[in-house]
Amino acid sequence: MLAAIISLTILSLVLGFALGYASRLFKVETNPVVEEIAALMPGSNCGQCGFPGCNPAAEAIANGQAAVTCCPPGGRMLAEDIASLLGVSVDFSNMEEKEPMFAAIDENNCIGCAKCIKHCPTDAIVGATKQIHVVIRDACTGCEACIDACPTECLQMHPFEVTLKTWRWHKPEPGQLAA
Amino acid sequence: MSNASLISGPHTHAPTSVPYVMRQVIYALLPALLFGIVLFGLPSLWLVMVSVATGLASEALSLYLFKRPIKPFLNDGSVVLTSLLIAMTLPPWAPWWIAVLGVSFAVIIGKHLFGGLGQNVFNPAMLARVMLLVAFPIEMTTWITPAPIFSSAAPSFVDTFIITFGGYIPNADAFTGATPLGHLKTELTLHHSVSEILADYSYFNSILGWNSGSLGETSAILVLLGGIYLIFRRIISWHIPVAILATSFVLATVFSIIDPARYANGFYHVLNGGAMLVAFFIATDPVTAPSTPRGQIMFGIGIGIIEYVIRTWGSFPEGVGFAVLLMNALTPLIDHYIRPRIYGRTRSGKPLPSSQG
Amino acid sequence: MMKLFRFRGGVHPEGHKEATTHKSIQVMPMPKRLYVPVQQHIGAPAEPEVSVGDKVLKGQLLAHSQGAVSAPIHAPTSGTVVEIGEYPAPHPSGLAVRTVVIETDGEDKWIDNPVVPLDPSKLSPDEVAVRVGAAGVVGMGGATFPSAIKLKLGKRNKIETLLMNGGECEPYLTCDDRLMQERAADIVEGTRIILRAIQAERAHLVVEDNKPDAIAALQKACGPSADITVVVVPSRYPMGSEKHMIQAVTGKEVPAGGLGADVGVLVHNMGTAYAVCQAVKHGRPLISRVVTVGGGALSEPQNVEVPIGARLSDVVEFCGGLTEDAARVIMGGPMMGQVMPHLDVPVVKGTSGIIALTQAEVNNRETMPCIRCGSCVNACPCGLLPLQMAAQARAGNLDNVVDLGLLDCVACGCCSYVCPSHIPLVQYFNYAKGELTARQQAKHKNQENKRLIEQKNERLERARIEREEAAARRKAEAEAKKRAAALEKAQKEAEKQAEQSA
Repeated sequence: MLAAIISLTILSLVLGFALGYASRLFKVETNPVVEEIAALMPGSNCGQCGFPGCNPAAEAIANGQAAVTCCPPGGRMLAEDIASLLGVSVDFSNMEEKEPMFAAIDENNCIGCAKCIKHCPTDAIVGATKQIHVVIRDACTGCEACIDACPTECLQMHPFEVTLKTWRWHKPEPGQLAA
Repeated sequence: MSNASLISGPHTHAPTSVPYVMRQVIYALLPALLFGIVLFGLPSLWLVMVSVATGLASEALSLYLFKRPIKPFLNDGSVVLTSLLIAMTLPPWAPWWIAVLGVSFAVIIGKHLFGGLGQNVFNPAMLARVMLLVAFPIEMTTWITPAPIFSSAAPSFVDTFIITFGGYIPNADAFTGATPLGHLKTELTLHHSVSEILADYSYFNSILGWNSGSLGETSAILVLLGGIYLIFRRIISWHIPVAILATSFVLATVFSIIDPARYANGFYHVLNGGAMLVAFFIATDPVTAPSTPRGQIMFGIGIGIIEYVIRTWGSFPEGVGFAVLLMNALTPLIDHYIRPRIYGRTRSGKPLPSSQG
Repeated sequence: MMKLFRFRGGVHPEGHKEATTHKSIQVMPMPKRLYVPVQQHIGAPAEPEVSVGDKVLKGQLLAHSQGAVSAPIHAPTSGTVVEIGEYPAPHPSGLAVRTVVIETDGEDKWIDNPVVPLDPSKLSPDEVAVRVGAAGVVGMGGATFPSAIKLKLGKRNKIETLLMNGGECEPYLTCDDRLMQERAADIVEGTRIILRAIQAERAHLVVEDNKPDAIAALQKACGPSADITVVVVPSRYPMGSEKHMIQAVTGKEVPAGGLGADVGVLVHNMGTAYAVCQAVKHGRPLISRVVTVGGGALSEPQNVEVPIGARLSDVVEFCGGLTEDAARVIMGGPMMGQVMPHLDVPVVKGTSGIIALTQAEVNNRETMPCIRCGSCVNACPCGLLPLQMAAQARAGNLDNVVDLGLLDCVACGCCSYVCPSHIPLVQYFNYAKGELTARQQAKHKNQENKRLIEQKNERLERARIEREEAAARRKAEAEAKKRAAALEKAQKEAEKQAEQSA
């Protein structure tokens, strides 16, 4: 009885120290996965995830403080990419599939204040003071950073309309028999 | 975007459906089944009826429990087919509860616990047969010598009910006898040579089916005709049956040439037991067989080998059930590795070289 | 007799061709209005050259091609341009396409001097390609790839064999069949022009054996010539698929991701040969085509020569209208054609058929679970595993679908056709292909966004550095000035002191 207790205690102490030493010896200074995640992120630092920017969000995801589905502009695709990078499975059932949107300026209300321009991470808004601005649709990431900057609320998000070029076949619905 | 009119092509369809396929297989089974009923009399008819009724009831119950639509699945014919196949592999005068246990086991555990139609890994009929054989060896090996319906050898009408529903065979010794494979196995353990054992064996009886055996598998010729009908209708392909029969035939022939006293020849193995029925009707069950022709040939060869090994060196006289289940387990593996070559690609999946730089 | 080869898989759908194969091509009266889309081909849409109110003549250029892959559009008849706007495209979605609407004047007057008719044998290959391109000829089999580009392929790859595709393996369709029967000489002439343009040695007119009249007509038109021969192939769907026709006739397989030209073979459609002959020999642009109007829900099935831009409703009306049990109207054949949202869409260059099907002909049922029967594997002419691909697509594992060979799928529909469980396999593949494109585009956009963000950050950084430098410079200047002033002051004081001391 006593021998068993002693031997197990010694064993656990030795192993405990060995593990502790190993964790110091093989410590990884920076987490390389953070950089890899950050490379996948949109990089617009839009803040919709609740973190101050893409790099902090990447760190939070790597540390497990944020879900891989936390980035609305990245959408499902980004979540899948990060999940496969981290080797985790994702539950998409809670993720709202956000339709891709773009910002557009209502030309009747734009006063040419140029306030929105500096909020755009991709320089997608062109214009000058006292001139009506316009959003270059192809360059807009849909980050919504400009929306609150506009004093006249002339900036609004719009969904991309489906055209013959962007129309896709939908997934067949299996029906009740094959469900 | 769930517009019902948005349907991709093709906008026409071959005249086929799951119920059609199942119906065709049932039609192909009928001659052998009817022959079995005639040969073994009314008790076998009661057994078939109990099987089908149990099958329908278990299917309906399972569908209800799993909250799936009942009517379309009950009507697709698959459960009737499974029930018939199980009945055909039972001893013809087996008591009613053998059929009830076997069929409900096959449908509820073998099929619906795996997810229903198309999802099961193991052939439900063989699962039931093996389960019954292991759990109730006496009932599952009480074989009947042919006692054709309405013939003088047949039991009385009342007795047929006693046999099936009473679980008691009046004057049992007059009716029971060994199957050819069972007979061979027993006699071989008594150190008789194959030529002695088969001295009064008739190949003609095996082909016709005038033998002791399971309800629907004695008649090699009728099962074979049903199978050929299915191949002709393109319901099944030739790969699995030919691979099974050829493998066990070749193996048996080789061993019987090496030691004719200990090993029965190829014809004996192919014509007796469940070989034919399994080759054409059980192993070809699409759900549990590989889906590529090359995979099907491998699958068939595997069944042929295991079947022969169990029959010859195992403790059971018949081994097709185990053979099918073992190969069912390998089917996902076969399907993963055996794939057809894609047009314009090599077998390894690389694009073919261009003939011009 | 030529040695033929076999491709794996394929199906034998019921032909349904007897209703139209013996009736000659009818010319339909000109509708009051034509709706001519500017995009009737693969590639960039054409850019309209006319404006609303313009009078146009038959054969006049309506819209010119723009970009490397494009084709011009011509006026199918004379009349007035009344609108250039968005109208429903002949596409399952019914989405709009830019369309030139012409009010016809009934005179059908040709433009004065479209292009001077020429002796094709005196043209250089480049001139042929230019003429074919200017006439707006595209692949008439349904792919609608601009033909001129294919003619120039001969420069890049050595083309040995030209195959003229008269497979027409789709059920119901007989438009190529009738064209071959009635206009065999022009088809052979067009083939000879293409042959010269691509500088190939020989051409085979490949026809399925269920079209004996077409074969006879072509053989007669070819005469004893050695360079163009008729090859009869067995009828089996999808014989008309370019890859499979190449395999059936030459035994060669087009490498994955490649073109027929990679194995020295070029395939053109019979209808294209006819259009090429019209374009090069007679200087006539592609402004009409033969369309099979058929199916069990059509009163008078027949082949009709239809001006481009005529609405399906006009064509169907000319053929006696639909019966009451019409379930679906398909543009093209029932195997690979597209279901039309309604009849108010125009006939375009790629419209081989307008097929109205009854419910019995469609024979669709509710999807059952896959029973893994392998029918689809046996039917697939590309050696794919449709059942596994569909299961992966359904589960959303796009990478696995691609690994299983999604991009090698030609969408022929054999798998769906034979599936006893009526699983819409092709739609799963269409969905997966669309999703794949969408993801690639999203990835591309993501990269572009990153580049823009980096550029902005660089710009801000540069501006900051410049600002700081400017500030530093100003500071330095101010200090220098101060120092100079101090120095001056000191000097002055020194001078003053010197004066005083002196």
